[in-house]
Amino acid sequence: MNAIDPNLPEPDNAPEPHSAIDMTHGGGGRAMAELIRTVFHRHLANSHLAQGNDGAVLELPPGRVVMSTDGHVISPLFFPGGDIGSLAVHGTVNDVAMMGARPLYMSAGFILEEGFALTDLERIVQSMARAARDAGIAIVTGDTKVVEQGKGDGIFITTTGVGVIPDGVNVSGNLAREGNAIVVSGTIGDHGLAILSKRENLEFETEIQSDSAALHTLVAAMLEAVPTIGVLRDPTRGGLAATLNEIAQQSKVGMMLDEDAIPIKRDVAAGCELLGLDPLYVANEGKLIAICDAADADRLLQVMRTHPLGQDASIVGTVVEDRNAMVQMRTKFGGARVVDYLAGEQLPRIC
Amino acid sequence: MKYIDEFRQHDLASKVAGAIAKEARPDRTYHLMEFCGGHTHAIFRYGVQDLMPANVHFVHGPGCPVCVLPVRRLDDAVELAERHGVILCTYGDMMRVPGTKQRSLIRAKADGADVRMIYSTQDALRIARENPDREVVFFAIGFETTTPPTAVALVQARRERLANFSVFCNHVLTPAAIQHILQSPEVRDMGTVRIDGFLGPSHVSSIIGSAPYEFFAEEFQKPVVIAGFEPLDVMQSTLMLIRQINEGRNEVENEYTRVVKREGNTKAQDLVSDTFELRSSFEWRGLGNVPYSALRIRAEYADLDAEKRFTLSDKASREVKSCECPAILRGVKKPTDCKLFGTVCTPDTPMGSCMVSSEGACAAYWTYGRFRTNTGGQGATEDIVA
Repeated sequence: MNAIDPNLPEPDNAPEPHSAIDMTHGGGGRAMAELIRTVFHRHLANSHLAQGNDGAVLELPPGRVVMSTDGHVISPLFFPGGDIGSLAVHGTVNDVAMMGARPLYMSAGFILEEGFALTDLERIVQSMARAARDAGIAIVTGDTKVVEQGKGDGIFITTTGVGVIPDGVNVSGNLAREGNAIVVSGTIGDHGLAILSKRENLEFETEIQSDSAALHTLVAAMLEAVPTIGVLRDPTRGGLAATLNEIAQQSKVGMMLDEDAIPIKRDVAAGCELLGLDPLYVANEGKLIAICDAADADRLLQVMRTHPLGQDASIVGTVVEDRNAMVQMRTKFGGARVVDYLAGEQLPRIC
Repeated sequence: MKYIDEFRQHDLASKVAGAIAKEARPDRTYHLMEFCGGHTHAIFRYGVQDLMPANVHFVHGPGCPVCVLPVRRLDDAVELAERHGVILCTYGDMMRVPGTKQRSLIRAKADGADVRMIYSTQDALRIARENPDREVVFFAIGFETTTPPTAVALVQARRERLANFSVFCNHVLTPAAIQHILQSPEVRDMGTVRIDGFLGPSHVSSIIGSAPYEFFAEEFQKPVVIAGFEPLDVMQSTLMLIRQINEGRNEVENEYTRVVKREGNTKAQDLVSDTFELRSSFEWRGLGNVPYSALRIRAEYADLDAEKRFTLSDKASREVKSCECPAILRGVKKPTDCKLFGTVCTPDTPMGSCMVSSEGACAAYWTYGRFRTNTGGQGATEDIVA
């Protein structure tokens, strides 16, 4: 809030500073320019944005270029362990990293709803700036649109990331081979449960934090140790189960998991039990799945466990031959079951 | 996790499995009906069948609240949301159940109806408070377990004078349904469905107690073991049932003593009888009209009864003809006997209710047991349980 300027003709009748987004912020006029300058450029500051052009001119190191895009509509916007801003950065950094690439640049598109509090917007942009800085990636171009009240839900953010794949790395969902080991970088279900614990009709007391994090340095360390990793993917929506099913179908292989080996926090397991959810289907935002030669798995695991984001890494199963591309699991109880895709939607709007 | 992990232990499971293998006589088979979908779900999710000898069979019963709701009542709910413009509050599973012409609440919602998924009746009351200018209807479904929360909502709405709240009541009763199955020609005369004993309901029994089963255990000479929903509960109860069968006893035994008492939860029972009364007949999907098998809202609460507040039209409700849900709910057929199973009917495109709920037999077969058929869903035909 600005202090009242005593030089104004009527200091006690000075215009109130904006406290919320209104339609002028998307109108292309001075209000919009002011918003971009005082919020976006101020916090995301870098030489590309400073030029004020409609696009960014990028210098890329030699190698194959990866581009990936991701929209974020999460509710609530602020949650234990993060917010929509940090999530929008981490999500895209991870999508680029899961291709084996080093993320370098990012764009951000904002759809703001009329009435959205400017303090919340500023908090979100600051969080994005922090996440980008920590990840060593620059947000080089962006866009802002405002929609009328009732036509959005506060704020939606779309981010696109660009990165470069080092020579010799070849990662793709269709490269899982029979006999390969399936490795998970840590406990599953943390993000989904953290979000759910703050939903208005579900609120429950828990210490669970979202695992939202940028995984590219973990990926870089893993690829340095084992450049032949075939598949990397982050199990976000649909959780471990959906992601493994996607990979199984892309690679036309089956998978056999070992329930005992899947890391899960006690609180998350308890929360899932309470809500009738299966943690295999609950979203993660800071975990990855790697599939590699069984012979390299222990070495990979060692490297992962020395990284802060891979301390709980575990080999959770094996790729098997299966013309039906089914994911199965030996249960703790001693039986076996299918781990299928989720039908419908277990939890809406979690990322 | 305390009170959970203890009931999922592999070493204990192997021990009970050993005891079952020893107890089950090789010269006969055992057909045990688990009434509840919760048991069906546990059997499949934990692979309990894998730990059973080949001559012990589970027959899946109709105890899945979503599955037994007849299409007509679902069509009524869709009508409430679409034609009467109410805010319809429903438990999640109900959203995807296909009604006539595959019309579900989720489709009605996409077409503009105001359908809201809730986790408890308290959410429905809150929505009513927040929308005083709208009619809010709670689509109440389920067995004796979900009835007390609906009763609480009625009492609370009355106390708060919530004029815009009402309940579309579809609560049904377990003992009446079990008795109906035992009296059905398939079980009684034709012998098409063999039932040697029942794994009795767990959560339902926490409310009604174990006493209500005593009548038909004696009348129909079938043993009942009230069983918890954890996999070790299911196994221990199976052992107890096989023992009763071998010894020629037909008693009601309670494995789930940590929750269920003979007299049940009398406070909940009183609340339910204050607000609900028996319907002389109610239609169940699969079982047809079952006498005295459901509840309606008492006259004292008639102003909160959606069936009285809104005029529901006559409609020609119908299920998909070749859907075998009705026969599956009676235990006459298995999901894999259905032509639609795994071909046009999957959890993503359910044609019948049993494929929707995680407690439905078809969904359990598909989600957890499909690998046994080794067809990947391309028209599974092999019997996966025997």
